Amino acid sequence: MSKTTRFLSALGRGYVVLLLAFLYLPIFIMGLMSFNASPFYQLPMKWSTTWYEALSQDDRLVGAALNSLQIAIITTVIASILGTAASLAFFRYNFKGKKVLQTLLLPPIAIPWLITGTAMLVFFYGVGIGRGLHAILLGHVALALPYVIIVVNARLQTFAPELEEAARSLGASQWQITRRITLPYIAPGVIAGGLFAFAVSFDQFVVSYFLATPGQTTLPVEIYAAIRKGFTPEINAVSTIIIVISMALMLFTARFYKFGGNG
Amino acid sequence: MASVEVKNISRSFGSFKALDNVSMYFEDGGFYALLGPSGSGKTTLLRMIAGFDYPDTGHIEMNGESVERVPLEKRNIGMVFQNYALFPNLSVFENVAFGLDVRGVAREETRNRVRKALELVQLGKLEDRKPHQLSGGQRQRVALARAIVINPRVLLLDEPLGALDKALRLDMQVELKRIQRETGITTVFVTHDQEEALTMADRIGLLKDGKLVEEGRPEEIYNRPKSLFAATFLGDANIFEGMSNERGITLASGETIAVAGEKPASGQTGCCAVRPERIRIVSGAQQELENVVEGRVERRLFAGNSTTLFVNHKERQIRVGVPNIGSLVPADGETVTLTWAAESTVPLARD
Repeated sequence: MSKTTRFLSALGRGYVVLLLAFLYLPIFIMGLMSFNASPFYQLPMKWSTTWYEALSQDDRLVGAALNSLQIAIITTVIASILGTAASLAFFRYNFKGKKVLQTLLLPPIAIPWLITGTAMLVFFYGVGIGRGLHAILLGHVALALPYVIIVVNARLQTFAPELEEAARSLGASQWQITRRITLPYIAPGVIAGGLFAFAVSFDQFVVSYFLATPGQTTLPVEIYAAIRKGFTPEINAVSTIIIVISMALMLFTARFYKFGGNG
Repeated sequence: MASVEVKNISRSFGSFKALDNVSMYFEDGGFYALLGPSGSGKTTLLRMIAGFDYPDTGHIEMNGESVERVPLEKRNIGMVFQNYALFPNLSVFENVAFGLDVRGVAREETRNRVRKALELVQLGKLEDRKPHQLSGGQRQRVALARAIVINPRVLLLDEPLGALDKALRLDMQVELKRIQRETGITTVFVTHDQEEALTMADRIGLLKDGKLVEEGRPEEIYNRPKSLFAATFLGDANIFEGMSNERGITLASGETIAVAGEKPASGQTGCCAVRPERIRIVSGAQQELENVVEGRVERRLFAGNSTTLFVNHKERQIRVGVPNIGSLVPADGETVTLTWAAESTVPLARD
């Protein structure tokens, strides 16, 4: 290695370290402070689980967290099933307007959630769906669907159509082909799409905020309400729990889907 | 097992005529090649026999029974795809067993039949491997076993050896022929490689632009082609064009090429072909045949088992195949006398 290459490689490594520090340092400090007994972030730190205990006593936060978890799981299941079915239809059949439909899947991802949320509120109010957990669930499924379809579709792009043809020639029915050949192959895509759906729902604030009713709300909305009343380190505690869950999910996905980098 | 007959089949994709009134009979237990350049319709025909596609007009019969409206999964055919299409998530055993599983064959019987099929293709020891752990030749054998194990009425192969390298291809040609003979399954394969068609098939159907140009045994179609296309697509041929008369065909240069067999009516334009390997180089007292021309060796192309000489004769270049049997090959620039029999000169119909 020449001197220049060595210098550039050191520079590159330094850059990556800085980037990761920028991403993780605030999160790390928040996690640390959730274990600090002082509500005013006094140093040196005094180790304590006070805020986690306080959190477990807080029925509103715990109730909202359970709501969030429930909605995220149901959203994941519904969006994965509907999205996978839609992807398979796009893959297998040629029908009129297919290109238009496929193209129309992309804009919802780019439209700000604030606008989608407002639109949903107006629409749900107009057609009588109204607000509440059921409306939040409906909204989350709609938000998550494009992600599932795009991810599953990407996986299907590497699936050779001859495999389905071969299975058919061997006498398999459409259902046997789907269950035994196609689904096992696209399973990593479906799981990745499902995790995306989970993340979209669990982290969702804007749309949930619009569709929530005072007693019935989700965790991000409840945290926002709590912060407005005055910040307590309980929020650090609940945020830390969410981060641990989210990161575990993402690392799990990365293993399945090989996001960035190999292996 | 069954005989297959396609009758007056046509199929268009938009304004493109993929198949144009094709009829062909595939005898029970026969080994057939559909040969033609890309776009000739050979794959479309194969996919139609399989049931992936339906003809616009015409009929397909198996054992005299009309099947053109029977869906693929009910036709009971064995299909081997060009890229093998092995199921990546299943083991070799599971791949071969798939067709029996979906038919609800009992576990014990499935195991016996899969084992037998794997033995037939000499892959007995690899049943637990996944497709990605196999070599190209092994994948080919798995695909074959998977297609055969269901006792198909017809075995269809799409460019079966296209993805293999040359040495393996020769092995597989012998293997395919052996397996076909042992099972006795009516087999149709598609290829663009004339050598593959000639070595493996009992009969060849030659296609061009959606039409069946010629059909016959390999020897027939190679030695006595009826059309210009068959003469030039299957192997190499020197083509002579001119006016037809009783002796043969008189060229523009005034020479007459002696032709045996049925010629176009006298006074009409016609053409004939002679294979390079049928032309001999004579010197001195050696006996000359009906056709004799002199020329100068322009260049030579060594191909291992033979050398092709490009001999200039008047305005024309004649290709001569000299087998590599240790005899002296004329040098560049040398003047040679070429001779060939009227028997070796085949009259052709114009396309």
